[in-house]
Amino acid sequence: MDLKNLDPAWLDALKEIGNIGVGNAATALSQLVNAKISMTVPVIDVLPFGELSKASGNGDVYVAGVYLRITGAITGDILFTMSYQEARRLASLMLKQQSNDPVLSEMECSAVKEASSILTGSFLNALSELTSLSFTYSVPYFCTDIFEAILGSILFHLGEVGDYALLIKTELSCRTEKLTGNFFFLPQANSLDLMFESIGVKN
Amino acid sequence: MTNGNLVITVGIAELRVDTSPTNLSVIGLGSCIGVCLYDPVTKTGGIAHVMLPELINARGNVNRAKFGDTAVEALLEEILTAGANESGIIAKIAGGAHMFHIPEERNFMKLGERNAVSVKRALKKCNIPLVAEDTGGQYGRTIILNTTSGCVLIKTINYGEKII
Repeated sequence: MDLKNLDPAWLDALKEIGNIGVGNAATALSQLVNAKISMTVPVIDVLPFGELSKASGNGDVYVAGVYLRITGAITGDILFTMSYQEARRLASLMLKQQSNDPVLSEMECSAVKEASSILTGSFLNALSELTSLSFTYSVPYFCTDIFEAILGSILFHLGEVGDYALLIKTELSCRTEKLTGNFFFLPQANSLDLMFESIGVKN
Repeated sequence: MTNGNLVITVGIAELRVDTSPTNLSVIGLGSCIGVCLYDPVTKTGGIAHVMLPELINARGNVNRAKFGDTAVEALLEEILTAGANESGIIAKIAGGAHMFHIPEERNFMKLGERNAVSVKRALKKCNIPLVAEDTGGQYGRTIILNTTSGCVLIKTINYGEKII
């Protein structure tokens, strides 16, 4: 499938899928930290790699990122990032203990990884229910660095087959706990056909 | 280091060439490689932001800046067009880190390393001397090439700064 010539109606359908998926993820996160979580309407964009991080809006920010690879009927990548400080806050919320160490401990890293895994799991459950397609996802891989370095390192699957990425991005935030995270879903172009077919937007 | 001059950012799978006084920069190189070519006489410099090692793995692709082997050739052509003398061009490379530790994906593990190997092979093929490099490790790098001095400033989050 040619990403550059995607029908706008199909993009809308994808947006709706993203919306429902991330809605599910937000509910899961809300239960996890026991606070109200709000989300933005997903932004969908088809972009050349060079413009991807600009569109993501946090190029040189120090972030904690969790990456998961989806395989099966749908293939693609999921990345969940939060600023390093916010990752520390999320960890202390989950572990119910405050740490004064500015560096994330192994335990705290695990907590952030776990939270991201739960988020992704609920996103993908929704995706699977909507499309009746089955797929699996990898264990979460964790890394803290400059946002762009993390993003650049997960794009290679997409890079091998094309020059564009389809990006579905949402911001999840929790006002009371001052948490914001960015959720990125980068489906591989060839799995889009199947996805559209199963939700019935394909002619 | 940037001397208040304009900083031009080179995105993933892009390449840019410019003459003094400018700064060419790549924000956050992970497993990608920033290939810097520089001619000290004409003060012309260029950076290619390489994402993958080889073109042969890809299907019907034309963006030469994306792959190590083709990016070096493309960058050399650009910098010569911009007026650099072929005999004086030097190369500096940075990046090629191993960001995520993924035991089951062996290729992924070595992506940064494979990128570095491919770029070095291409430089050799084009007879461009590699005068400095800062590759490997498990951390991202931001690089800034100053086209006046030819110096490359490398910034990291937890591993300090250095100039190569």
